[in-house]
Amino acid sequence: MADATLTHTGQAQPRPTGLQGVAADWSSDQRAFKNVSWGKAMMWIFLLSDTFVFGCFLLSYMTARMSTRVPWPNPSEVFSLHIGGSDIPLILIAIMTFVLISSSGTMAMAVNFGYRHDRRKTAILMLLTAALGATFVGMQAFEWTKLINEGVRPWGNPWGAAQFGSSFFMITGFHGTHVTFGVIFLIIVARKVWRGDYETGRPGFFTSRRGRYEHVEIMGLYWHFVDLVWVFIFAFFYLW
Amino acid sequence: MAEATANGLGQHTLHGVQAHDPAAIGIAPAEVHQEHPIKLYLVVWVWLFILSACSYLVDYVGLQGYLRWSLILIFMMLKAGLIVAVFMHMAWERLALTYAIILPPILVLVFVAMMVFESEYTLLTRTLFFGAEP
Repeated sequence: MADATLTHTGQAQPRPTGLQGVAADWSSDQRAFKNVSWGKAMMWIFLLSDTFVFGCFLLSYMTARMSTRVPWPNPSEVFSLHIGGSDIPLILIAIMTFVLISSSGTMAMAVNFGYRHDRRKTAILMLLTAALGATFVGMQAFEWTKLINEGVRPWGNPWGAAQFGSSFFMITGFHGTHVTFGVIFLIIVARKVWRGDYETGRPGFFTSRRGRYEHVEIMGLYWHFVDLVWVFIFAFFYLW
Repeated sequence: MAEATANGLGQHTLHGVQAHDPAAIGIAPAEVHQEHPIKLYLVVWVWLFILSACSYLVDYVGLQGYLRWSLILIFMMLKAGLIVAVFMHMAWERLALTYAIILPPILVLVFVAMMVFESEYTLLTRTLFFGAEP
């Protein structure tokens, strides 16, 4: 069925590249994403919709911060930690950033080893990614506890504009939820890799479709997206 | 298979696809795997660390004003670009997918412009009705 679009002359026709390629791919009355499987294309489209979700959160934060007459709390001081007798600004957030970037790196390596059919390395790297993700969520829980103890609420805080708390809990809460779900799915996919599901084409438990090593790459797309969103949150909420 | 060799690295391979019956797993034979040298990922990883350290230093050193904001935005865009292009393999996809995914978020900037006007108006009315800045 999938082969119906191709004439089998032994060699596939070369497709136009550049802008002509965009026009040709989209106007061909067939599949627009020529060399991308439906699974990967759907993950990209899901990530696009998620971009709009987080875009709207950051926009509402911008609107709240720009339209208030009350000074915004200084995130550099709010998120500082008292280590070794002095306050180090934003140190916990910086460590969280490095943890998440490291997890993105291990995930990229896992995708690579997956396509080389190195089951052991792929599974270990995915579990390492999940562990780093869980560390990130743990540090976020610590940060929330600290701020709640200091009196930050969605309706007010001791330092300034009341919208600070609602923006903070909304944005970091949704991001933390994304990381948590990512960790759960990383463990599920790592188990499948470890068991050799993608070698034997064992049907999945929910859809009964046979898995391929591309699932690792699709999982990676989601995980890198979570890291990507953190880049924007770090810049706009913590550093601005 | 023309795309498989279209990138400069020439690292795409199709192994694995032929190992299964394409009809059973429902894929077109022209799909390519994203396989690149490990070194590339390590280099990007190191750059992400450097750029993150730089953006943290912006706050640590205490830069203010337009210099601070422009540096934050530059480091942010560089990091986002590296993640999307290399880690998410967007640099090696066909332009049809790249444009479909990258262009719509840029249109959010129109929304940003609208909300900037909106919040300036809100601030104006708040200042007019509740007095000067506290």
